[in-house]
Amino acid sequence: MDNLNLSVNIGKLKLKNPVMTASGTFGYAREYSEFIDLNRLGAIVVKGISLKPMEGNPPPRICETPCGMLNAIGLQNVGLKNFLKEKLPFLKTLNTKFIVNILGNSISDYVKLSKSLEDSGIEAIELNVSCPNVKKGGISFGTNDKMLAKLISKVRQSAQRITLITKLSPNVSNIPLFAKIAEDSGSDAISLINTIPALAVDIETWKPRLANITGGLSGPAIKPIALRMVWEAAKTVKIPVIGIGGIMNANDAIEFLLAGATAIQVGTGNFVNPCATIDIIDGIESYLKRKSIDDIKNIIGGINGNCTGDNSDN
Amino acid sequence: MSKNFQARVITNSALNSKIYLLEIAPLEETTVPSPGQFYMIQPDSSFDPLLKRPFSYLRKKANRIQFLYAIRGKGTGLMKNFPQGKIINMTGPFGNGYPVHNDNRIPLLIAGGTGIASILSLYCELNKKYLIYGAKTRDELVLIDEIEKSGGEFFICTNDCSYGKKGMVDELLRDFISSHQDIISSVVIYACGPKPMLKSISKIASENNIKGFASLEENMACGFGACLGCAVKTKKGYQRVCKEGTVFPFAEIVW
Repeated sequence: MDNLNLSVNIGKLKLKNPVMTASGTFGYAREYSEFIDLNRLGAIVVKGISLKPMEGNPPPRICETPCGMLNAIGLQNVGLKNFLKEKLPFLKTLNTKFIVNILGNSISDYVKLSKSLEDSGIEAIELNVSCPNVKKGGISFGTNDKMLAKLISKVRQSAQRITLITKLSPNVSNIPLFAKIAEDSGSDAISLINTIPALAVDIETWKPRLANITGGLSGPAIKPIALRMVWEAAKTVKIPVIGIGGIMNANDAIEFLLAGATAIQVGTGNFVNPCATIDIIDGIESYLKRKSIDDIKNIIGGINGNCTGDNSDN
Repeated sequence: MSKNFQARVITNSALNSKIYLLEIAPLEETTVPSPGQFYMIQPDSSFDPLLKRPFSYLRKKANRIQFLYAIRGKGTGLMKNFPQGKIINMTGPFGNGYPVHNDNRIPLLIAGGTGIASILSLYCELNKKYLIYGAKTRDELVLIDEIEKSGGEFFICTNDCSYGKKGMVDELLRDFISSHQDIISSVVIYACGPKPMLKSISKIASENNIKGFASLEENMACGFGACLGCAVKTKKGYQRVCKEGTVFPFAEIVW
């Protein structure tokens, strides 16, 4: 089957395949250029950008946990000005789409960022309203329905052409509600989930393992939770859902697509295997060929019927 | 250039109750590492433990790389069971390595514990050189024969006096400074070991106006600058141990 169609649309963005990188795990892309052909990626989501550079949290910032890791990087980033000057030129040389993840302490920060990025010719942004590791902004927007609605509406008004993706927090009791708010307030797509606030303790010293005390849990440990949330969100909204959470290989990615994700993001998987994204693209292709499916869109949201009871391959 | 590659385990043997020597052969051509650089090694291909672990290389031979590792936790606990012939996943080499000066400066290398792996990668490549090496006990000192053979002048200590001088490497450094006053203005220190040791050495070096470099260690998820997990405080702000380091000038580190 030579005419395999892997392309998907996220808002106005046409991606050559559904495999994206998750913000905060892929630097500004150059970090991976030694390992993979970046042009093969569906899209690159770069490390979250704030108006001013952020120093990040004191170390230790990460800690491994069973089938996962905690991080409390604290959104260390170069800031908007340096991003445009130092990081954007390299991204522009790539033959793939890139999405700028943005974060702020206030609605006005987000508005300024999205306006500047649109004016700089950026095609798409992802609103980070779900970082668990900073005191102000971040998750406080993502877990409050009224604030989230207001934030997205204001950003939408100020940057009308840009593809607007809202990255949702798993730290809410009702994911469909927040997915719907994102859609109704003008998002072109939603991505979920961000990391899950978590804790690890050293029982010898009685101290938390991270200087920030808590951190965000990521990796295979959170995949089933993420998958359930993506499935719930995809049933609720008409805009594309981008699945994130513990995707390590093509099988994981396909599960998300079947649960209703139009695209997926690979995060922690990149740390374990810097070639994970390419392996996933190749793996999805092989899967489609094996199943004699010529268009990726035919598997999106494909979960059907009830459990057959045979999980012997799991 | 760093690579993501597979390697075959050639040997994996205990040097003592805690420290192992691992020799691997990459299955493809990889970049030749320079002293002080490190690789990430995956202990297991299941997801528990999830991340690769950073290890400084000890020696490089034709298509062979050797590592020293101490059994500390889940990852190294699995590594000690690597059988000969096992195919493992690795990435590297990473890090800036030790800056070596081709001038009249005299290198003084200081290693604590398994910091000896990183230090020996440099020691073996130098001509005129001095080494101070310390561990808690005789059992934790490794590769003494190799050090003896490689031609420099060396000083060894253990905390419990089971081998060499009793005490810590910082005490040996003070002794070295007083007994080598004639050359001390030309000495440059390269150090690797536990953070409190490095801090103490850096302080002594500064008091005596000696320049030096420390190779630091931090938890890291990737090894190539993406996760920002291995940040250390420096006078230039937070820097990544894996990318701007692992080797930093003493004067730049905020201890």
